[in-house]
Amino acid sequence: MSRIPLLACAAEFGLLLSATGLLAAQAQTMSRIGNVTGNADAGKREYRRYCVGCHGPAGDGLGENAQWIDPKPRDFTAAVFKCRSTPTGSLPTDEDLFHSVSRGVVTTNMPSWEPLTRQARANVVAYIKTFSSRWATQGPGTPITIPAETPANIESILRGRDVFQKMECWKCHGPAGHGDGPAASTLTDSKDNPIRPYNFSTGSRFKCGETNADVYRIFMTGLDGTPMPSFADLMQPNDAWDLVHFLRTLQPLQTPEAAIWQTWLPAHAKELKPLGPDQGGR
Amino acid sequence: MIDWSVKRRGGCRWVWSSALVLCGGLSVGLVSPAAAIARSDSSTNVTAVNRSGNRDRAKWEAYILAAGGVLPASAGLTLAAHKTAAIPAFARKYNLPCSACHTTWPELNSFGQRFKDRGYQLGNDRDSPIWVNPSYIPIAIRTTPGWRMEQTTHQPVDVVPGDGASGTVERTITQSGFDISGADLLMLGTLYKNITFGFVPTIADGEGVGIETAFVRFDNLRRSGWANLKVGKFELDNMLSEKRSMMLSNNGTFYQSYHFVPVGDVTNFGMGDNQIGAEWMGHSDNSYTRFSVAVLSSVDGTPGLPSGKSYDGAFTVSQGFDVGNLGLQRVGLYGFMGRRPTVFETTGGTPIPGTGTGNKSFYRFGAVGDFFLGKLEFLPLVMRASDNKDLAGGTRDATWNSGLLELHYYVNPQLVFTQRSEIIRMSNQADPATPKTLGNIDAFTFGYRWYPIMFSRAGLALVGELSFTKTIGTVPLSGDGVGFAPLTSATAVRSTSLLLALDFAF
Repeated sequence: MSRIPLLACAAEFGLLLSATGLLAAQAQTMSRIGNVTGNADAGKREYRRYCVGCHGPAGDGLGENAQWIDPKPRDFTAAVFKCRSTPTGSLPTDEDLFHSVSRGVVTTNMPSWEPLTRQARANVVAYIKTFSSRWATQGPGTPITIPAETPANIESILRGRDVFQKMECWKCHGPAGHGDGPAASTLTDSKDNPIRPYNFSTGSRFKCGETNADVYRIFMTGLDGTPMPSFADLMQPNDAWDLVHFLRTLQPLQTPEAAIWQTWLPAHAKELKPLGPDQGGR
Repeated sequence: MIDWSVKRRGGCRWVWSSALVLCGGLSVGLVSPAAAIARSDSSTNVTAVNRSGNRDRAKWEAYILAAGGVLPASAGLTLAAHKTAAIPAFARKYNLPCSACHTTWPELNSFGQRFKDRGYQLGNDRDSPIWVNPSYIPIAIRTTPGWRMEQTTHQPVDVVPGDGASGTVERTITQSGFDISGADLLMLGTLYKNITFGFVPTIADGEGVGIETAFVRFDNLRRSGWANLKVGKFELDNMLSEKRSMMLSNNGTFYQSYHFVPVGDVTNFGMGDNQIGAEWMGHSDNSYTRFSVAVLSSVDGTPGLPSGKSYDGAFTVSQGFDVGNLGLQRVGLYGFMGRRPTVFETTGGTPIPGTGTGNKSFYRFGAVGDFFLGKLEFLPLVMRASDNKDLAGGTRDATWNSGLLELHYYVNPQLVFTQRSEIIRMSNQADPATPKTLGNIDAFTFGYRWYPIMFSRAGLALVGELSFTKTIGTVPLSGDGVGFAPLTSATAVRSTSLLLALDFAF
């Protein structure tokens, strides 16, 4: 190979690297939410108006209010996010961040910012991505596939109850889902802050959504940065749907699952073994 | 909240928004019940009162006052200068900076509007007081010390001071000095999840304590944002809120359109005043769509027995539109319909409270907008208004139109420049012989608010404001300066307010 083609190859490679870097940088300073493109510069203004008090000017979760808040605000410099549609360990999609901003995080200080325009929220997402270099070097993960929901019936609920026992969900969430399992008091998040497991009996919503699909997604992606792991490698989709149906019976909601459960339970309560240590479910 | 409690006729200070008229012996318009009654004749049909000027209004006011429906001013105006406004107690409760809920406080942004619509709740299952640190008390205070100047042209004064017989000439009166506003204790929050309360006593030096706001609101009935019921004394759901106006000078602190009534008119109603009644309010989840319907006692927010047997009604409806980079744009309609009595039962010639009959109607309708173009906010409002001839004191209904455009330029969340232009034009005077321009108003206000600190515990704003009004043939609506009508009905009285103040809320 002559010297000229070598130089040409090197130049092409350099251009390719530059272009890749440029695209990565652009991806870091922009967000894409449907047909809305968020801009980090504009997002900075929104962030300083709405977010800075908790998440801090540097995005490190050390805003002036952080000391008073429990659970603590998200540290965007770590780029670890609870609510994702992507596998554990990967970055969330822009839509994931957008939904978190729009929905808020129930039982925390993070409110729903839905009154802001879609553009404003997309801008905030773009700006959040500038706090960590992970966004420049990694793309978001591929969203998991959520299969069609299986029928919610008593068999499914009972199987889900077995999954709850088998996967030891009760260790953190407690046998009745009250967030008072034997391990609950020992849990910490990735920054060693104490963290409480979700209490199903008090809330109608979850931190990462409120639909059955949202609950399914939580099992399969885990809540990164918390003790809640991903069960994607341990649970089959049907098992996950069964667990969703069972968990719905623990909530103070008028759901189809709760109606089925309440109809079935009075006549069969004695057939059930208590959930918890050394028990076997049904 | 802020009460630039103005010096009104006779130099008597009183709180505009307070329904209780605390100063007596006012020379022309403000009449104490006893004095007013003494000046009234035995006629029970006040529509028969022959009007030849403000002094004849005393007869009418006598009935209103004696009947418990206190009518505070000669022009029938009731200005609401107390501002409920920003409430740092919420910032402390939720750990959010002022700018989260306010474009610049006290004006609400879209997030703050939904927070208010939800009953001062974020909806994160942490709104009930049980979740709040027991040391937290939902109280905030706002007041405004500063320096101000008021200047009013064409004020009739004695040629020889102290000699009422020396004749009258018109002069420009200028007053200036350091002053303090009254103070509002802002107590609003949740009694329980979805049960909201509001209690705002106002304090003004030498004028006692008034109740600006007192209500209980049941939020999200049947888990629906469309069903919220509020009972008590509260501000109407005005899209252009006077209580949240960023302007504080004597002329600029209120919307002329909300309080104007024609010269000689006795309607005691101010759309900016907090009213007493019940309100049904609904909103979409993001509060882009909003409506309210209210039934109100016909007392313009004055506690006590109504003077008549009628109720006022009000409605508002608005829709916000997400227009991409331009931001949220909102348009709305509003209306207020009311009736006031013209005849009372009497005993020994004295009107009996609550017996008013012969109700005559008035209305205010209009449209309002809130538009953003980048950092520039436009707030236009138009109004069509009418008072029945028996209320307006003539042979035909008085009608008028008004319009205003308020501009806010947000340099950043800590600096805003403001400007407002407003005009009021009479369409029909109740008395055809009255000059058509009598009472017309032109008002212009320029100002800025700089917030050197803005965090989640308190707020401080340095305010500078210059406001001009031109009123044809009568005292300026703000009643600043000495507040007398000019000698002729064609004279344009120009009023200037200058304010340099420290507006703080904690």
